[in-house]
Amino acid sequence: MSRDEIFEKVQEVLVDALGVDDDEVTPDASLTADLGAESIDFLDIVFKLEQAFGFKIQQGELFPENVTENPEFVQDGRVTDKGLAALKQRLPHADFSKFEQNPEVTKVAEIFTVNAVVNFVDRKLQTVES
Amino acid sequence: MRWCWIDRIIALTPGQRLVAIKHIGLGMEPLFEHFAADEQAGLPAQPLMPASLIVEGMAQTAGVLVGHAGGFKEKVILAKVSRAEVRRDATPGCTLRYTATIERMDDMGAATQGVVELADPGPCEMGREASAGGGTGVPPVCAPFEEIGRIDLMFSHIDRNLAGVQFPEHNFVFSDSFRTLLRQSGVEVDF
Repeated sequence: MSRDEIFEKVQEVLVDALGVDDDEVTPDASLTADLGAESIDFLDIVFKLEQAFGFKIQQGELFPENVTENPEFVQDGRVTDKGLAALKQRLPHADFSKFEQNPEVTKVAEIFTVNAVVNFVDRKLQTVES
Repeated sequence: MRWCWIDRIIALTPGQRLVAIKHIGLGMEPLFEHFAADEQAGLPAQPLMPASLIVEGMAQTAGVLVGHAGGFKEKVILAKVSRAEVRRDATPGCTLRYTATIERMDDMGAATQGVVELADPGPCEMGREASAGGGTGVPPVCAPFEEIGRIDLMFSHIDRNLAGVQFPEHNFVFSDSFRTLLRQSGVEVDF
């Protein structure tokens, strides 16, 4: 499946799950800040991606859990270097370049962009196919 | 039994499907105001089951299904109404039938799909001959169900919330009302 085809299906999933318009779902759009996703929407998105692409997503595979509750990873409201390294390891599909400049824990959800979801699906499909 | 918007569970396939019914009565409190007569506008009272309570009825139907699938160990909370369409008014004397199916479920929560059907005995027909009741002169009250809406929902197992928020240990979701409903419906539970 080409990247454009993946994007189109991801766009459909996000339009359905978040009640947004097609043109709002751009590659750089943040699921939370731009598309208004709340915590339950992440579960909805996971379920819908599984249906759309026919693979199983393990808990925490697309969106990590309990990282920001770990005191080693967050200090004074900011994600530590160790926390950042852990996030990068668990989320190879996300782009951290913007977040790294100001790693406030309140902004951690903003790394979940449409592009990150497309990257995740792309990697996942390659794993399934290989 | 306050705020219980289903009367009886009539079918259960554990982990898959649950069917419940709700009889709509003229004495139900929310119908007093929904809609009361408007004397100024010259409009008579028009009691209807509020669509929001039909959504609640489906939420309870699907919530019990999800709770039962997890042995009622999880606190199952309605987290999202993914879709809600109700195309017809449900008036006193009608019966609602809710059919909920689990679309997807994991440790974090569940997605359900729901169909709402309505059985409406229709208006009084003056002089109608009895077709049931053995010639007692009583018209039939059982009407066929017709689909009037679809309600898809998302449930969260809140003890597993991503924010790590702590909740009381006891399961405050499945209270005595639900235990009574399950018992009277003949569903054996142990919680």
